[in-house]
Amino acid sequence: MENFLQLTFTGLTNGAIFALVGLGFVLIYKASDVINFAQGDFLLVGAYIAYGFIVQVGLPWGIGVLLAMAAAVLLGIFVERLILRPLIGEPIISVIMVTIGLSSLLRAIVNGIWGTTGRAFPSFLPDTPVNIGGALIPMDRFIALLIVSVLLAGFMLFFRYSKEGIAMRATADDQQAALSMGISVKRIFAIAWSIAAVVAAIAGIIVANIVELNGAAVAGIGLRVFPVVILGGLDSIPGAILGGIIIGLLETYTAGYTPPELGLSAVIPFIVLILILMVKPYGLFGEVRIERV
Amino acid sequence: MLALNNVEVIYNDVILVLKGMSLEVPSGKIVALLGSNGAGKSTTLKAVSGLLKPEDGEVTDGEIVFEDTPIHHLDAADVVKRGIFQVMEGRRVFEHLDVEQNLIAGSYTRRDRNEVRDDIEMVYRYFPRLKERRRQTAGYLSGGEQQMLAIGRGLMARPKLMMLDEPSLGLAPLLVEEIFQIINRINKEQGTTILLVEQNARIALDVADYAYIMENGRIVLTGEPTQLRDNADVREFYLGLNEVGTRKSYRDVKHYKRRKRWLS
Repeated sequence: MENFLQLTFTGLTNGAIFALVGLGFVLIYKASDVINFAQGDFLLVGAYIAYGFIVQVGLPWGIGVLLAMAAAVLLGIFVERLILRPLIGEPIISVIMVTIGLSSLLRAIVNGIWGTTGRAFPSFLPDTPVNIGGALIPMDRFIALLIVSVLLAGFMLFFRYSKEGIAMRATADDQQAALSMGISVKRIFAIAWSIAAVVAAIAGIIVANIVELNGAAVAGIGLRVFPVVILGGLDSIPGAILGGIIIGLLETYTAGYTPPELGLSAVIPFIVLILILMVKPYGLFGEVRIERV
Repeated sequence: MLALNNVEVIYNDVILVLKGMSLEVPSGKIVALLGSNGAGKSTTLKAVSGLLKPEDGEVTDGEIVFEDTPIHHLDAADVVKRGIFQVMEGRRVFEHLDVEQNLIAGSYTRRDRNEVRDDIEMVYRYFPRLKERRRQTAGYLSGGEQQMLAIGRGLMARPKLMMLDEPSLGLAPLLVEEIFQIINRINKEQGTTILLVEQNARIALDVADYAYIMENGRIVLTGEPTQLRDNADVREFYLGLNEVGTRKSYRDVKHYKRRKRWLS
């Protein structure tokens, strides 16, 4: 029972982090129909910039995190200006290919500056264990869960009620019609990429805090999030949340209850993914393409 | 209010679509722009609203003047801010947003939030059916309701000039009648100037104060609706009327192939 609780909480926090990273995917996909393969590297860049400010420059962690978020906003604007704007009017698949290139580029820059060995991230979130029904859960996981819940709730409200959020969804629906409303599509793209980069930076910092700062580990989350967003539906925020939690729990349960040498925990999420897609091809909450007959 | 002087539009650097197009829309009036497929009507509207760029079109000559300032080099967003709103052909509602969110999207360029709420109610007064469907996903509305939403969304921007591209497209005759009545009311009650592009010449001539007929990228005939309705060529090619009472002989059928007089 204690083991079960332990696994459940670990799964929930992992899931919440997946959901946060998935949110970045969803944002970009919702606004521009682009699947951003560089999302994992956004995590890495955010975490390393925070590391640079806190450890190497020696700033207090709060300021370091804020600066890392500001840097993420700049990264988003930079990506829009230099990469997306020249590609306006080109097929979506070209843009998606470019994000793969962007992923390699960002990884190379990070490796060039900070090297490839893992680094100890200053753990500013307290990790004193909390006892819940006999299971010991580190405090930082609870804090992560809280941060993620607040962010996710905020974004749901943003897309439903705010003018900018509605404009983003309108752009995703029909770019030319959005233009005719006076919505600046360039601005919407810049906002979407900036928010995605900020969310990724926050996720990256949390991951680096809980695990460690290591290129493969942090950026690898970007890849593990694919089943999450496809499961939940590429364009649905509730989908990203539920998908994140499902995959997070599945991973930890399989890791906890099956012999580790089988390595099933990496496979099970994808098997579930295939099963669900057979029944619901747009994912759990994905937007069904509307066709009037 | 709006004037096009000798405007030339080229797509993809080679295809000349507008060849010296001139047109004038006086403030507070309804002006109809008629013409057959491919005449360049939609291109004219897009040239005004700044929507040519995404389609690789460009105004290469002439000028478009709105309230004494040239606007042919402006971005679509700036054109909307100046008070010109194009209701695009084929309705183009945001399918996955609900009705009210579509209306909010239409008010994107405005800063006065409280008045936006009032204007949503105003749109509902013009189109009560939209109010019943306010929380429904726009993609599932009927064609007529979508056209109402597209026009209502235009009203939300509070434009001085509203350009409607084929509002009758694909709608049942009764609905067309209803929508044109509302267009007329919007013009009279809100004082919105309207530039109307239509293939349905009969109904467009009913509401318009002035009409232009366009062919092959230029204006070929202009006048008030009463004058145009009496023009033999307009009667034949746009209204589908023939001399009443005459028996159709083989010569008459052949006669249908004669050149339009304005092409000579």
